[in-house]
Amino acid sequence: MAQANTAAPARKLPGSLDTNRRLDRWLSINADGTVTLYTGKVEIGQGILTAVMQMTAEELDIDVSRIRLKAASTAFSPDEGITSGSRSIQESGLALRHVAAETRDLLLTRAAQKLGVTLESLTVADGVVSARGGGSVTYWELATPDLLAREATFDITAKLPQEHVVVGTSLERVDIPNKVTGKPSFVQDMQPEGLLHGRISRPPGPKATLKAIDLKEVEQMPGVVAVVRDGNFLGVVAQREEQAIRAERRLARIAQWNNGPELPANDPRHLLTLQAQAESEVISTKGDPSTAGAKQLSAEYTKPYLAHASLAPSCALAQWGSGADSGKLWIWTHSQGIYPLRGDMAQVLGMPEQDIIITHAEGAGCYGHNAADDVTLDAVLLARAVPGKPVRVQWMREDEFAWEPFSSPMVVRLNASLDDKGNIVNWGHELWSHAHSTRPGGKGGVNLLAAWHLEKPLPAAKPGNPPLPGGGSHRNAVPLYDFPNQKVTNHLIRQSPLRTSALRALGGHANAYAIECFIDELAEAAGADPVEFRLRHLIDPRAKAVIEKVAQMARWKPNEKGDGERGRGIGFARYKNLAAYIAVIAEVHIAEDVRVTKLWGAVDVGQAINPDGVINQIEGGMIQSASWTLKERVDFDKVGITTRNWLDYPILSFVEVPEIEVALINRPEAPPVGAGEGTQGPVSGAIGNAIYNAIGARLRDMPFTRDRIVAALSA
Amino acid sequence: MALTIQVNGKPREVQADAETPLLYALRNDLGLIGSRYGCGLGQCGACTVIIDGKPVQSCDVPVSAVVGKPITTVEALGTDAAMHPLQQAFIAEQAAQCGYCASGILMSAKALLDVNNNPSDAEIRKALEGNLCRCGTHSRILRAIKRAAKELRGEQ
Repeated sequence: MAQANTAAPARKLPGSLDTNRRLDRWLSINADGTVTLYTGKVEIGQGILTAVMQMTAEELDIDVSRIRLKAASTAFSPDEGITSGSRSIQESGLALRHVAAETRDLLLTRAAQKLGVTLESLTVADGVVSARGGGSVTYWELATPDLLAREATFDITAKLPQEHVVVGTSLERVDIPNKVTGKPSFVQDMQPEGLLHGRISRPPGPKATLKAIDLKEVEQMPGVVAVVRDGNFLGVVAQREEQAIRAERRLARIAQWNNGPELPANDPRHLLTLQAQAESEVISTKGDPSTAGAKQLSAEYTKPYLAHASLAPSCALAQWGSGADSGKLWIWTHSQGIYPLRGDMAQVLGMPEQDIIITHAEGAGCYGHNAADDVTLDAVLLARAVPGKPVRVQWMREDEFAWEPFSSPMVVRLNASLDDKGNIVNWGHELWSHAHSTRPGGKGGVNLLAAWHLEKPLPAAKPGNPPLPGGGSHRNAVPLYDFPNQKVTNHLIRQSPLRTSALRALGGHANAYAIECFIDELAEAAGADPVEFRLRHLIDPRAKAVIEKVAQMARWKPNEKGDGERGRGIGFARYKNLAAYIAVIAEVHIAEDVRVTKLWGAVDVGQAINPDGVINQIEGGMIQSASWTLKERVDFDKVGITTRNWLDYPILSFVEVPEIEVALINRPEAPPVGAGEGTQGPVSGAIGNAIYNAIGARLRDMPFTRDRIVAALSA
Repeated sequence: MALTIQVNGKPREVQADAETPLLYALRNDLGLIGSRYGCGLGQCGACTVIIDGKPVQSCDVPVSAVVGKPITTVEALGTDAAMHPLQQAFIAEQAAQCGYCASGILMSAKALLDVNNNPSDAEIRKALEGNLCRCGTHSRILRAIKRAAKELRGEQ
């Protein structure tokens, strides 16, 4: 028999280790008794750094306090793409878990040699390796720079869940003490020597062009160091922040713009008029989708453009080298993807990637692709006018609302048939959406706002749509429920009147929301209780378990009915159909205002690395989704965005937020998955169902404002 | 032009025009970056400081208007060695995600607890009406403030 003479393909390694295989890209064991950890994922308020520290400390058998985190930088960090999709635990966490396990093994091998004993006789406590028969040595003595200068082998097995002592505990977040004592914590807080301040003056609408402007007047204003115009890109650099703001206001007053083509009416159903441009694809079929049952139902649900609305307007610092450093560029940004950003930046500037050093610094929570990348190019373009000087650009609140990429509007049409026993025998789901993925790193262009406004503009990359099973617009469009016959169709209209990109859960929000509302509509038609109706159409025991758990927490009564003002409803989804299981019950009170008064959530994220961290993420997702569902919509007129501040875009306030109760079903034996996004659809569905339960009016167009409830009641 | 303001118990000189928002003087002249820019319109509360015992959004008040008035920022709420009960409670309850809103909320809460150390849930919510949190950590923040109030009353 012929022997294969080709080398075996490289083994698939866990998480991001597969593409960053050297151990020393991830960890260093230091002589001073500390361990430095390099992750390519970034903190965006989700507590990821604390979780990966726990996973590392666990495998190394060291106290977490020994770990030092190095801010992600293109100068040395592993390239882990983008921190998104609730994948950081799976990608960075699992990589570091494995790197730490191999590192421990390498250290123990050295210890065994040094102590002249067998590996089996060694134990480790906080980095001290002891032999059973006496003698000990520390990691800090054993480690030399060559220790980790090698690729991972994957021959070492990480600990079993039952051996965990750090993982699975609610370690306090490492970043919170600085944040509650007012210490520098964010890119916004960086104040290097000689710092200058920049602001950008944007067009009135997405395609407007600059007709005329007299820069002289602004150049002579107090503190102004430079005014930059490049095509339709207009900005100013000043000594002091308020001087930059004043100068920008003057630019805005004197600039004359040609408005671009008119924007369409602000209605998600505008998507339906673009059918000719749609890429339509049947993404799931089962059985015979033409099956008819005893009863047929159909309904159409929509969501509007939504904003990320980070509390902090986006901010970045940039400094061009001068003299000997000429041609080099340093950047500090809260981008979720420093490497993809560097690639786009190099294209805009026409310079080699290695001359651009991008370091991550935290911003406020972003919940997806906000303006973090865009403001970075703004800072770079302004800083180019003052080589050798650091320039900080923070967008004004008005800029953030008007120019961040929005979450796409969506239309979801559902139809189903019930048999004479009240079971769903056929299911149809059609969705219309713009793209949910236009981050930097796209193909065939550059995804940075200012690049499109330059004298020589660069084209935008083709808007992307992440493929199934995770999916983008079609995320969670294939039902987890088990129906004998079904058909799911995705109508993707990539080009949108307003720029759209990733917001928490992507299309999974609208899809799961629509499915969950429609399930309740069907349950009612079948004369069934919504909880029982869901359970009978599910096979997956983990799915059933979260639904049963939340029903128990809320003391759900079969077929419970609202009283005309108060009511409750349920929603469920498994995020991306492959990650967290989440079931939610919402209680609403419809009086003068539409209030969600209480939310219960039951969650299964597999192994919970940091249970309180998971619960914090879940609570936050639930409240944010309640806010989207009740209040949020980006508004625009024919020229541009009219949503400019928090009065135009109200979010749930402290007076309005619901009480919240979350239970975790911890499954240490199951792989850990992210917790950041899975709540969005179930919460909206539960609220829609609770409103119906309370007042008998079915709202299908988010947001569920008072006006819409009044209209639905009088319809 | 130089103006002298009373910040955290000390007179501090800032080289700012009279109409410069207090926030920029605090952050950029005095390096007190704990007060943060969120909207510049007095709508979000990320820049809240205490002036004359009242929570004030520092982005929305000219520096000349606060000359001679006592200003307290989050930096003076406690020290690392002796944190204010509110700061301790925020850590104990893990009452943050991104934490950008935290210092403003801490100052609004301090202004409340200074005059009422046993506030009801509704009173705390009302006191935070001018503070936005986008991450959705509200319920933890409410718990933390109740915990700090209890501590201040000597009950724990």
